[in-house]
Amino acid sequence: MPSKLIEKTMRVNRLPHIWCPGCGHGILMRDVAQAIENCGLDPDKVVIVSGIGCSSRAAGYMNYNTLHTTHGRAIAFATGVKLANPELTVIVITGDGDATAIGGNHLIHACRRNIDLTVVVFNNNIYGMTGGQYSPTTPHGEKGTTAPYGNIDYNFDIPKLAESAGATYTARGTAFHVPQMIKLIENGIKHHGFSLIEGLSVCPTYYGRKNKKGSAVDMYNWQKENCIDAAKAQKMSAEELEGKILTGEMSRCEKPEYTDMYMEIIRKCGGDK
Amino acid sequence: MATRFHLLQGNEACVEGAIAAGMKFYAGYPITPSTEIAERSAVRLPQVGGKFIQMEDEIAGIAAALGASVAGLKAMTATSGPGFSLKQENIGYASIAEIPIVIVDVQRAGPSTGLPTSPSQGDYMQSKWGTHGDHPVIVISPSSVQECYNLTVRCFNMAERFRVPVIFLMDEIVGHLREGCELIPPEELEINNRIEGNITGMTYAVSEGNYVPEFAAFGEGERYNVTGLFHDDTGFPTNDNTITRNQERRLMDKIRMRRDRIMQWEEKDCEDADVIIVCYGGTARSVMGAMEEASKMDFLKIGMFRPITVWPFPEKALEKLSKKCKHILVAEHNNGQMLLEVQRVVKDNCPVSFIGKIDGTTLTPDDILTKITEVY
Repeated sequence: MPSKLIEKTMRVNRLPHIWCPGCGHGILMRDVAQAIENCGLDPDKVVIVSGIGCSSRAAGYMNYNTLHTTHGRAIAFATGVKLANPELTVIVITGDGDATAIGGNHLIHACRRNIDLTVVVFNNNIYGMTGGQYSPTTPHGEKGTTAPYGNIDYNFDIPKLAESAGATYTARGTAFHVPQMIKLIENGIKHHGFSLIEGLSVCPTYYGRKNKKGSAVDMYNWQKENCIDAAKAQKMSAEELEGKILTGEMSRCEKPEYTDMYMEIIRKCGGDK
Repeated sequence: MATRFHLLQGNEACVEGAIAAGMKFYAGYPITPSTEIAERSAVRLPQVGGKFIQMEDEIAGIAAALGASVAGLKAMTATSGPGFSLKQENIGYASIAEIPIVIVDVQRAGPSTGLPTSPSQGDYMQSKWGTHGDHPVIVISPSSVQECYNLTVRCFNMAERFRVPVIFLMDEIVGHLREGCELIPPEELEINNRIEGNITGMTYAVSEGNYVPEFAAFGEGERYNVTGLFHDDTGFPTNDNTITRNQERRLMDKIRMRRDRIMQWEEKDCEDADVIIVCYGGTARSVMGAMEEASKMDFLKIGMFRPITVWPFPEKALEKLSKKCKHILVAEHNNGQMLLEVQRVVKDNCPVSFIGKIDGTTLTPDDILTKITEVY
């Protein structure tokens, strides 16, 4: 029996989902749904836009207006939806490859515009759908099927990338730290401007197996032990923070929002009459 | 826009036609020789309560326009050769997800960066075969500034009515040509809108008497799924062979079965012509010049057959003419693309010759008359 939340927010007849046993994406998808619920939004006015990849299959399971687009282009489609009808709450679910490799240009420019989208990146550090190739977030030195001798690329820090491109809310959570992740997404939705929340996922099938990370449980335990809330980290020494990943709200500021500014242009041109 | 008659560029007339048709959203990226379409859209759309956005690249231009269309607005994007190549993947997405959109391609000489400011018709085949996989295609090509206005309205009508991407295949010649243009007000035009309906879970089912699924904009309470994967009538992905086959067939048939209503062409002096010149877009202006020259001297009788919907190609009409005339000359600003379509249709009914130009200059009436004396 599905829980009340699942019954209400998911297309139960589309379940079970396609994700592998142990994958973190299901947890992150539930977090997004819970955050939408916590915001008290009318589901008819919520649009979920996704691209291509494991993460992007989430759209099909979620009981909102869902747009499963082409690889890398989710944020560009979402920009059109939001500008066409600013009354809609537009949430993008994307992956590390979808958002920062093939879709990297759309990501930074949406940040720059400060258009009111909430982008949740399910980061599993690998291309899962195609079988384990290295992505822009595969850590330096780790392996993928296309990095058999170790990855010589350096990886992106996604919230930092978004912040420097102009995003007015950035955060990082994990699949393990559920209450924190829900709160971060909730805050992102409530923030009036471009929000980016990175959700560290877990891919035991490809990333974990290729890099000897143990079982799915081992990988969640790793998140538990190595991800430190940014607020707590302030009281910790540099030594204690060595090799740790900071989570929580990373940055926030207020700036006029894109669709508001466009509506002002329409008013000035007399197009609202 | 107080008076009806204006001196306009083809690109500007295209925007005015789009606004008359009800365009409320434009997203694109600057590219010569189509940029004036973006510029005028940026000025005009907010005046009519519409939205313009300059995106970060060509792909984002069509993606944002498709997003706006799903949210219920009539949407357009415009580009030229290199940008048209970049937009191809999402043209396929619009086809399978059945999202109305108008894509304007003001052709320039290519391949690659080519000659950015020079006329060409090198995208004729690409406009049909550019995106991967089999998909329905409507491509319309104007020859005058007035047609840039009127036919943009028709592009929107077809995109909305059939839920397909419609390609408006302009070229540098008509795009930058300045002529008088009558801005016919919307109330005097036929304007079609998408068929809206209460789709209740059967997003892609075609109801009795309709030939496309009814449409509901995001936000109106239907909460459905849109995907580029093959999908069933509920809009969710499937690998089922029968469903896939049926969906593909329905997508193709909605255009194929209505070709006769969609196809448009012009026949000029074809009745007793010795030689018929097949041409489209800006090239037709050179052909009309050649016909005028020929009429002033003792020359062969020349007719012109001009497809306006270049896809689907008006094959029956041309086949009929090819049985009456003595020779067909195809004139294009490329190395012979529509030529292949003409040869397929004409078969052995009469000889088919070709004149083309790809050096950045325009075919002149003299070029055409000289060619006729060579081949006939």
